[in-house]
Amino acid sequence: MMTTEEQTLNEILTLAAQHFKVSRDKLKPDEDFFKTLNIDSLQALDLLTRLENHFHVEMPDYELQGVTDFRTLASRIQARL
Amino acid sequence: MDQFRGKALSWEVSAGVIELALHREPCNEIGSLALDELEKFADALSGMARQAHALIVHSTLKAGFCAGADLRELYQRSHEMEKAQAVAGVRDFLERIHRVLNTIDGAPLTTIAAVHGVTFGGGFELALVCDLIIADKMARFCFPELRLGLIPGFGGIPRLKRDLGNGVVRDLLLTGRSFNATRAHAVGLVSQLVAEGEALRAARATAVQLGKFDRRTAIAAKKFIKPIPHHELKQEIDLFCQLFVEPAVEAGLRKFVESTELQPYLP
Repeated sequence: MMTTEEQTLNEILTLAAQHFKVSRDKLKPDEDFFKTLNIDSLQALDLLTRLENHFHVEMPDYELQGVTDFRTLASRIQARL
Repeated sequence: MDQFRGKALSWEVSAGVIELALHREPCNEIGSLALDELEKFADALSGMARQAHALIVHSTLKAGFCAGADLRELYQRSHEMEKAQAVAGVRDFLERIHRVLNTIDGAPLTTIAAVHGVTFGGGFELALVCDLIIADKMARFCFPELRLGLIPGFGGIPRLKRDLGNGVVRDLLLTGRSFNATRAHAVGLVSQLVAEGEALRAARATAVQLGKFDRRTAIAAKKFIKPIPHHELKQEIDLFCQLFVEPAVEAGLRKFVESTELQPYLP
């Protein structure tokens, strides 16, 4: 069965919380994740690789240009599933 | 010199395996310090290679293998001098790094790059001179030079062409995007894909395997199958120096160096 965008979003939030060792409740779908997680671009690339490995997709990093919230990130990944 | 502990890198030989460890924070950027020490390594390599059958190049830094050229140093130095002098300085740097990388590329032993994390630009080019690339699943490869108005200058294009189909080379070069180790393995760039943190262990196991074979035969086989594209490498240096004087490069470098954003490594 096809994963919905909401499911994709939930998986991203769970994965990000686990990897960056923050409470899942702290991560809001529409907030700036660079600020919330206090990460830089190298850590963002690390997250991208984890998401690609988890969802078995390939995401050109230029598609993340301007993407700062989890909901938009989920939408980009969903487009590749 | 069988052992060396520098500020940017260190090496030692043990049981017929040379291990070259990169360890300059934040991510092994290749500037004048790293180049000086790489030259020391290249000078010592032929002596060490007489008693070794394998070389493993790896990074001890969490961030990754190597993020490429030290762009901050490049920007600062090119600003301190007249344009013609800056270009001459760049050409000199490129010729020196090419000598180092050509030495590793043609070294009379099997070479392995054990990579993880960011393997970008000059770092990617360092991995490409090795006979084998073993990558953990978190490795990412990229030629971001076009974002700076440049092309790879450490031999990346001729060496990538040597290893991969032209379509993949065009994708990496013209989009400036990074791709992950799984994709790199799928296209044949990475010979072994391993779990996070396991690249060096896998490289060491491979080096043990390499030690079982007749050394002279292995050297002859490598020479036969892995020509060094000297003419194209020289052309790459010339093209890089031509592009370096263009306004796009000044703008690209300034954007990278002066940016206070958190995202300088994203396109």
